[in-house]
Amino acid sequence: MEFDFNNPFGSITRLLTDLLLGLGLDQPLVAFILAVVGAGILAGATLTTAGVFNIWLERKVGARFQDRLGPNRVGPFGLFQGIADAIKLVLKEDITPLGADKVVFNIAPLLAVMSVVGLWAVVPFAPQLIGADLNVGVLYVVAIGGVGTLSVIMAGWSSNNKYALLGALRTVAMLISFEIPMVLVLLVPTMLAGSMGMVAIVDGQDVWYLLMAPVAALVFFISSLAEVGRTPFDLIEAESEIVAGYNIEYSGMKFGMFMVAEFFHSFTIGALFTVLFLGGWRGPGSETFPLLGLVYFIAKTFFMYFVVMWVRYTFPRVRIDQVMALNWKFLTPLALVIVMTTAVVDKLALEQALPRTPVHLVLNIALILLTILALQAYARALRRKVEGLPEPEAGEVAGAAIGPG
Amino acid sequence: MTAMQAIFLLLGLITFLSAVMVVVSPQLIHAGLWLVLTLAGVAGLFVLLEAPFLAVVQVVIYIGAIAILIIFAIMLTRRMLREDGRQYNNLWAGAVTVSLILFAVLTFLVLQEPSLAAGSEPLQAETSVLLQDLGRSMVDVDRFIIPFEVASILLLAALIGAIYVARPMMASEEGDREE
Repeated sequence: MEFDFNNPFGSITRLLTDLLLGLGLDQPLVAFILAVVGAGILAGATLTTAGVFNIWLERKVGARFQDRLGPNRVGPFGLFQGIADAIKLVLKEDITPLGADKVVFNIAPLLAVMSVVGLWAVVPFAPQLIGADLNVGVLYVVAIGGVGTLSVIMAGWSSNNKYALLGALRTVAMLISFEIPMVLVLLVPTMLAGSMGMVAIVDGQDVWYLLMAPVAALVFFISSLAEVGRTPFDLIEAESEIVAGYNIEYSGMKFGMFMVAEFFHSFTIGALFTVLFLGGWRGPGSETFPLLGLVYFIAKTFFMYFVVMWVRYTFPRVRIDQVMALNWKFLTPLALVIVMTTAVVDKLALEQALPRTPVHLVLNIALILLTILALQAYARALRRKVEGLPEPEAGEVAGAAIGPG
Repeated sequence: MTAMQAIFLLLGLITFLSAVMVVVSPQLIHAGLWLVLTLAGVAGLFVLLEAPFLAVVQVVIYIGAIAILIIFAIMLTRRMLREDGRQYNNLWAGAVTVSLILFAVLTFLVLQEPSLAAGSEPLQAETSVLLQDLGRSMVDVDRFIIPFEVASILLLAALIGAIYVARPMMASEEGDREE
């Protein structure tokens, strides 16, 4: 059988299928074995990248942001630091706190990793290279995110620790809240592509959706940062308030699994953002050479991952009431407005046969201007309120006025 | 027995056993977690029925939102960490009898359904076509627009009600300040 370089992944699949069929196995069994092998390679390969390379990358980049060197002892440029850390975590004592709910305590880290690895099932890496092209791919992403929330609540509750429980409660409150604007803006690429399937969304992006829906992209980015619990939304491990949040009682590799899940999740956000708004694997020449598409995809994903780190090491943490106010009073209304206006404008553009991209771009610019005006008016009203009070410290009062209580 | 049937039986068993555990588990929060497994099993059954949309919606709404809210609510109750021991009183025998009778009646009624004897057929249409039809039927005047809009208004009313219940104190405070 000749190797088809235009469809390398399909060729490998066919090669393996023929091999297994030659061994005298049934067709359905072969398909099942290949699916398991594919999932293993996907989860194994991506997890290895996340566990070893991404943690090293994040520490290195973070160190540079803070004018340090970062890991530089183990291997060239400290590249093997991740492996050393993993070995250390495996060797550490596995402690289960007294009074903990053992089964729930042990399942929680598994669910945390599962919820992140599961996301990669619907990510199209390159043409014809996707775990499962579900026609409800976008919704699947949201569903798997819910499992992550569950793992947090299970970990916090089963640890038999007040800090863990407090951390879990407020984390879950935050995760559920930020899911709302995220789900809403996920409707925008869905509407633009006319499908919830990830492959259809990538195929629909002759023009990147970042250009057609910049506001939706921004809202998605902010709310998915909150979903990972990264700074500026790292209430999950607010050391000064609740020690370490829901995973305080975990030790050894179980803690490692939470950490891997978190690092891997921020990388996954990069991948999802790439697929939904940056055209996925598309780029010059990727139609003819699928492997080039894989390169584009990885490059875009790592760029977005860099932006996530950039945000993490640049912004300070915000308080829980400020986070909630941002979500409920800013992101959610904005997301609702975007979804409704995009639907109407898209329909009008199709009916009037107007060029789609400029129309959406104009709509988004108008929305941005209106948002800025509304925020200015809000800030002015806030300031008027503050000036009436006796000699307050600016930051405190601004926070208190935004807060729910 | 084909692989499909084996998976179906396994999923059914998981769903059934965890549903039983929801009722009998002595700790409230364990009941909540067993409920999650039950709902996941139902989602798996939807997958077997070639209804990926329903399966994913099941996970999003029931596990991602409702089950988590239930667990959240349990965590805010005082009985959260208490082992309550027995979950049933002296009427358990009567309750079991009644539920067995109900189960028998339901099974009997389901077996009367003529299409059941014909055996099942795989879906003819593409799932995405069915999905589009589902979406259109929600906004079609001849089909489900009225139930859909009524449900929307109900949800809106619940939303406004929740906001009203959550912040009566703030409203009166602000009123005082303005006066």
